[in-house]
Amino acid sequence: MDSVTPRDPFQRFLDEHRAPVLGFLRAMVGPVDADDCFQETFMAALRNYETLDGANPRAWVMTIARNKAIDHHRARARRAIPKEDLPEVRAPAEPERDPELWAAVAELPDKQRTAVALRFAADLRYREVAAAMETSEEAARRNVHEGLRKLRERVAPEERVA
Amino acid sequence: MTGRDALERRLAGRPVGLDDAAARAARRFAEQAAAEGAAEVAYATVETPVGVASVAATPRGVLSVGLPSEAVDEFLGRLAIRFSPRIVEAPGTLDEARRELDEYFSGRRQEFDLPLDWRLVPGGFYRKVLNATSRLPFGNTVTYAEIAARAGNARAHRAAGTALGSNPLPIVVPCHRIIRSGGDPGNYGGGPELKRWLLELEGAFDT
Repeated sequence: MDSVTPRDPFQRFLDEHRAPVLGFLRAMVGPVDADDCFQETFMAALRNYETLDGANPRAWVMTIARNKAIDHHRARARRAIPKEDLPEVRAPAEPERDPELWAAVAELPDKQRTAVALRFAADLRYREVAAAMETSEEAARRNVHEGLRKLRERVAPEERVA
Repeated sequence: MTGRDALERRLAGRPVGLDDAAARAARRFAEQAAAEGAAEVAYATVETPVGVASVAATPRGVLSVGLPSEAVDEFLGRLAIRFSPRIVEAPGTLDEARRELDEYFSGRRQEFDLPLDWRLVPGGFYRKVLNATSRLPFGNTVTYAEIAARAGNARAHRAAGTALGSNPLPIVVPCHRIIRSGGDPGNYGGGPELKRWLLELEGAFDT
């Protein structure tokens, strides 16, 4: 795992990262728009393949995916009719997987939602979450833990016990 | 780290159908990247009676053919190093090449009608040898000395052998039609058995 370097065929990189990238994007922008963001993410990765960080390709591609999700939210915000002040653009809930839970994730503040999606939907380690969010590992942990704390308050409290 | 609690396990649960959806999205991406030229090389595999062959193309034409003796990963690794790592699997882009190879291997085609990208062939004598080879008709064989002569240097039969051994486009540039002067098929990148099989397929070699 995580062994693809820019000398390797791009197809290998695509095969290795396609599922976590799609999982992450679904959590960020919902299943319908995730597909467009997926295409844009890998197109950008292909164009910039020679800049791939060989030490951490998963974090590298997730940084791109995160930026595509942010672009998507901004574009959506520009298109939206400002009925009232929109403090933040919400990701649509994901229908296929645990809809209640992912609707609650979509309600989290941006950084927490992104950190939770990277940690769980994309299955990154904290070090990689930090790299993908261009922040410190400490901040990544804090965002995940704060996100989890809010989720525990909001969803199925009986699920709290392992 | 500590074990995950129920909430974390729910978050980490991989949704049903994600892998399939990701595979579909990846296929769509690969075809588009190949069609737009963002990927410099498209490849596909072809089932043949003697195993799985590979074929790779650029927008200019077929760049390389991988014989069944070479694993697809090795074929791709070689192209990544020698040409470009921007390689994707895009069978749609390679429809025509796949069809012609399939027809050839099942005995229904004698000539290829495919544009070729010669950029993996060094210039000079190598290129002349492979050019001469590409004109050899189905079912005909010539010796190494003869192909060297056709390439302009009758005495360079050893160099001709080296050029043929480095052929990035086997089958399509039919280097298997060059045999030893005694009638023995001689060496082949895909192994002597495959060379014999191809010559038998073409009716050029009696067992």
